Amino acid sequence: MSGGTASEESFRRPKVDVARLRRDAWYRRPRWRRLLGFVVAGLALAVVTGPQGAGSTALMSSLKATFTSVPRLGVCVGIGVLLWAVREFGAPLRAPARTAQDGVARGVAPLRRFYAAGVWPKLAVGALVLLAGAVIPNLLSPTWQVVFVEQMGVYLLLAVGLNVVIGWAGLLDLGFVAFYAVGAYSVAFWTGSLPVQPPVVLNPFVVIPIAVLTCLAAGLLLGTPTLRLRGDYLAIVTLGFHEIVYLVAKNADGFTGGSRGTTKMIPHPSIHLFGLDYNWMFDPLPYWYLILAFTAILVVLFSRLENSRIGRAWTAVREDEVAAQASGLNTVRYKLMAFAIGASTSGLAGVVYASKVGFINPDNFPLLASILVLSYVIFGGMGSIAGVLVGTALLTLLPQWLKSYVPAEDRYMYLGGLLVAMMIFRPQGVIPSRRRQREIKLAESGVGGADATGAAGGTTS
Amino acid sequence: MSESEPPLLELDRLEVSYGAIRALRGISVAVRRGEVVALLGANGAGKTTTLRTVSGLLKPRSGGVLFRGERIDGVPAHHVVALGIAHAPEGRRVFPVMSVLENLRMGAYRFRGGARREDLDRVFGLFPRLAERRTQLAGTLSGGEQQMLAIGRALMARPELLLLDEPSMGLAPMVVRQIFEIVREINQQGTTVLLVEQNAAQALRLATRGYVLETGAVVMEETAEVLLRDDRVRAAYLGEGAA
Ligand SMILES: Nc1ncnc2c1ncn2[C@@H]1O[C@H](COP(=O)(O)OP(=O)(O)O)[C@@H](O)[C@H]1O
Ligand SMILES: [Mg+2]
Repeated sequence: MSGGTASEESFRRPKVDVARLRRDAWYRRPRWRRLLGFVVAGLALAVVTGPQGAGSTALMSSLKATFTSVPRLGVCVGIGVLLWAVREFGAPLRAPARTAQDGVARGVAPLRRFYAAGVWPKLAVGALVLLAGAVIPNLLSPTWQVVFVEQMGVYLLLAVGLNVVIGWAGLLDLGFVAFYAVGAYSVAFWTGSLPVQPPVVLNPFVVIPIAVLTCLAAGLLLGTPTLRLRGDYLAIVTLGFHEIVYLVAKNADGFTGGSRGTTKMIPHPSIHLFGLDYNWMFDPLPYWYLILAFTAILVVLFSRLENSRIGRAWTAVREDEVAAQASGLNTVRYKLMAFAIGASTSGLAGVVYASKVGFINPDNFPLLASILVLSYVIFGGMGSIAGVLVGTALLTLLPQWLKSYVPAEDRYMYLGGLLVAMMIFRPQGVIPSRRRQREIKLAESGVGGADATGAAGGTTS
Repeated sequence: MSESEPPLLELDRLEVSYGAIRALRGISVAVRRGEVVALLGANGAGKTTTLRTVSGLLKPRSGGVLFRGERIDGVPAHHVVALGIAHAPEGRRVFPVMSVLENLRMGAYRFRGGARREDLDRVFGLFPRLAERRTQLAGTLSGGEQQMLAIGRALMARPELLLLDEPSMGLAPMVVRQIFEIVREINQQGTTVLLVEQNAAQALRLATRGYVLETGAVVMEETAEVLLRDDRVRAAYLGEGAA
């Protein structure tokens, strides 16, 4: 109110009913808000499992069918309300939990304690997961086995790699899949499946180290001039890098085969060593074991890194680069290291994928793939290897599972809904890292913001 | 201290620019072993630039930085720390999501074996408030405590020379006095201090000598008592006129 005198101002000031402002609307109280949440979840379940529309008119009629078929709607919403009631009024049955997070935390606490008690429990859990990973795919139908390899498996490798870059070093890399493409094209080149012929034709297995080194070099090449940038700027640079790789693959016809991709089939990997002869062939299962082995090795390596001097340096750089420099850290070197490690992991995934599917073209490496890996990492819990693995597994298997309920083109809508809900109710992810949990807590108590690339703000004044 | 010994730190006609902006126009500063030297100046005078050049974050355009008589300009920042110069940067940068203890451990990053017990004990002895809060997240500390932590973290690198950039910034006079008292103690334990301040009154009570910086040039170099009594300093930095 510029120009007004004091008396005018007080005259104009609207009367504020402070008491009303202080009073929360009933639907804003946590309990009723949670009821709303459960009911909406019930409705979503009813829609997903209900009849599905195929066209625009059929959508309405299928929704109508869902909402008029009382049994389905009733059962689904009923389950929601029941869960809510148990949660809200089942208090005497168990120790009171103040919030959903509290409740979950209490349930998980003994597990967590067991898990945190030294290295043996971790190894035991790891062995168990590995065993499950080895056995379960055997029991699945071939379709699911393919999903395990080409969707989940490849993305597990990608996510574990991206976690190093963004989860630990805090570098927002949106072009992560570019390195995946470089890895895939490396294997295509060295096996002689591109229009240009390599000096020697190699077995995909032998190409692995070459592809990994190529991606490492590409990572260093891109990282060296750009890693002085942070956050949004680095995101744009990596985005641009992805576009360059994609367009080169698409337009350098003589070298990459252009949009048609490989001209010959990339041979399957095979081993001929010490009398051992094995060819991976077409069956998905052997590839699954290959991926499982790689993932296990990377998980062990990376968790050792996380708890090393290097891991601590990454944390420091992520939280406050100026402070890290002042503490005597060579920040550029550590950022470069994380970037290159991520790039090589991505390249490894590319090799495995390319040698499984046999034919690749630029459209196997869309920008969307980078965004998907990023969302798996965030969904699972940035910075936590277990979280990233679980998140990727859930989100890559979910579309396949939804296939039997909803039309194929609708699947990503539900996936999107799940992501939105997750970020609202559990931004730290499925299995958050301790650090991430602290960051979000700090941000909630008003110290800085916990965005993807950094910790809560460095300075308070 | 013998006169023949070279100063611990010497800035020799140091010129630093940011692109076309000349931030330092050939300043010469000497800090002798055991001293507390104050570098005073208004906003934008070039104080932070000076410290950032000493700690290797900026390269001078001409002139040199000598530490123990040796040229160190051009040595990258992470090596400068290992030479024995620790920097508590402007705006008390702590690692907000690390605990007090983890912050201090980061300060000792240059030692491969990790933080040493006796260094931690020393810092906690100097700053009992940090000792009480060793598991608290640094981001939840008060401003004064964060400044203490930033200084403590710098000490963990066992510096011979401690660079402090405006430790009083945004803190209540009470807290500033406390912190400066501790800086005095740190100095008495044998660490040389180069203290950058706008708060000249407090800084000069602590310092042995002082330099006054104006738009990138040294305009005065005197002992603390002289500066405290100087009319121009009083007018410019002791609140008896506009800065
Ligand atoms: N990163 C930078 N880029 C360009 N100019 C800068 C930068 N940092 C400082 N300056 C300029 O250099 C001069 C000295 O700044 P600084 O050393 O921060 O002063 P002080 O610490 O004494 O307040 C100022 O004119 C400032 O605007
Ligand atoms: Mg400054």
